[in-house]
Amino acid sequence: MRDTTSALFEFLLRQGDNALVLGHRTSEWCGMAPVIEEDIALANIALDLIGQAKLWLEYAGEQEEAGRSANDLAFLRDAYDFRNLLMLELPNEDFGRTIMRHFLFDAFQVPWLEALSESSDQRVSDIAQKASKEATYHLERSEYAVIGLGDGTEESNRRMQNALTDLWPFAGEAFRDDNIDRAMHDAAISPLPSMLQPVWKIKVQSTFQLAYLTPPDSEFAHSGGRIGFRHTEHLGHMLATMQFLQRAYPGATW
Amino acid sequence: MYAQMVKSTGQAVRTRDDMTVEERAFQDRIDRGEKIEPKDWMPEGYRKNLIRQIGQHAHSEIVGQLPEGNWITRAPTLERKANLLAKVQDEAGHGLYLYCAAETLGVSRDELFDMLHTGKMKYSSIFNYPTLTWADMGAVGWLVDGAAIMNQVPLQRTSYGPYARAMVRICKEESFHQRQGFQVMLTMARGTKDQKRMAQDALNRFWYPALMMFGPSDKESVHSAQSMAWKIKMNTNDELRQKFVDETVPQAEFLGLSVPDEKLTWNEETEHYDYSEPDWSEFFDVISGNGPCNAERLKTRKKAWDDGAWVREAMLAHARKSRARREAAE
Repeated sequence: MRDTTSALFEFLLRQGDNALVLGHRTSEWCGMAPVIEEDIALANIALDLIGQAKLWLEYAGEQEEAGRSANDLAFLRDAYDFRNLLMLELPNEDFGRTIMRHFLFDAFQVPWLEALSESSDQRVSDIAQKASKEATYHLERSEYAVIGLGDGTEESNRRMQNALTDLWPFAGEAFRDDNIDRAMHDAAISPLPSMLQPVWKIKVQSTFQLAYLTPPDSEFAHSGGRIGFRHTEHLGHMLATMQFLQRAYPGATW
Repeated sequence: MYAQMVKSTGQAVRTRDDMTVEERAFQDRIDRGEKIEPKDWMPEGYRKNLIRQIGQHAHSEIVGQLPEGNWITRAPTLERKANLLAKVQDEAGHGLYLYCAAETLGVSRDELFDMLHTGKMKYSSIFNYPTLTWADMGAVGWLVDGAAIMNQVPLQRTSYGPYARAMVRICKEESFHQRQGFQVMLTMARGTKDQKRMAQDALNRFWYPALMMFGPSDKESVHSAQSMAWKIKMNTNDELRQKFVDETVPQAEFLGLSVPDEKLTWNEETEHYDYSEPDWSEFFDVISGNGPCNAERLKTRKKAWDDGAWVREAMLAHARKSRARREAAE
């Protein structure tokens, strides 16, 4: 029982940290987007993700039974305790790469959250159902933008192709099962991530075809983020910014 | 608010005798409190004046995203992060309605952006001040949005329909932002010694810039009279500034913070606070480009616009290609 509980804690951190880290990166766009409508849309997505992070991390804190709140988990853990996918912590760089990352993630997140909506764990199912509606909208939007920017001009096609080439080696991490995933699968809390890979592949390949983009012919996938073994150098800088106030003024109420 | 020193016709208000028949009928409609709509006849001066005012207001919303955006990535809790993000998003939304309102007067959003980027149009002086601590997120909401509301609430009754209607929506959100800002300030003022210090420091830095938001004294404001006759401007700068001081001082007292003005006293006779004028030479410096952040704010906005050019071009090209493909298939 204890094992399932701690596996569930890890599982919840993975969900929460994905949402938190991508939400934070997306929030960096505020005031900087190519048009006002995009600024508003990106802020919406960041808000959805931060909202989701709060729900997952709250539940994680309760499972852990160490008295940590969602905010404690978000603002007082160091990089090696984060469990997000590496792709999500990479810097935004240009708008094309931001959109490409969203698309690669959203195309995973939609079937994943749909599956979690059927979870044997009621709370997981509730959070997933709420997040699933948001993810469906995010995917619609990122897919449309990938197609538009891939098709648009020579320059936009080149930028999107570069983004895809850069991010492709990070996309596979989401599907690499480990013991936590197997424990969750055994308890019918979640499917194995690898089970979703075929659906994801069909989705991204059909979109890339419409966008005149070609993913690299490689199955290689960086890993280390969701298991917390080895993050990129970028996460530490992101946390230094994000956690500044909580670290500089411990114990204050904000 | 967010519109300061908007140039009017540069001439004295026209008397009825000087007016053409059309101008007289137009002024009568305004005097009766009717709304002017985009397709109605209007004097060229009215149209130009409104484009300047609405454009300046829209630019202020967009540039105004930057000082608060500066703290989104450092917000101290998930809730504060979400609130701030939502607030800055609202500002982008306000910018959008206002650009749309300006477009009904025959100027495009791209033209307005171009005028902002080339310095032909201005935005409110307040956004040229830096945000240095988390307490500034409280001070900006409490003081800056508070000052904006003073001016914008009467503008809900302004004579130009699309502007008045945009203002109704904006005011609802602004008053929510102001309460949120006050709440951040209250938490800081009741917090640790460091937090109190940050709160007082934020008030010290933002008090006079907030007073400047209303524009120079009426005695020196050359553009007010015509705008008031046209009901584009509803109150004088000094009236609004006084109202702001009267409402804000008791709030500062409630917070336990001191307003950085030694002359501040309640005047029993006038039933208003007597207060010190801001340093108007600083105001004119900021307005003419020498504020602490003018160069940086404009550079940031221009960079965002230039960096996004390929995205805008690509989406237009995609729309054209999609249309051509649809037509070819038919």
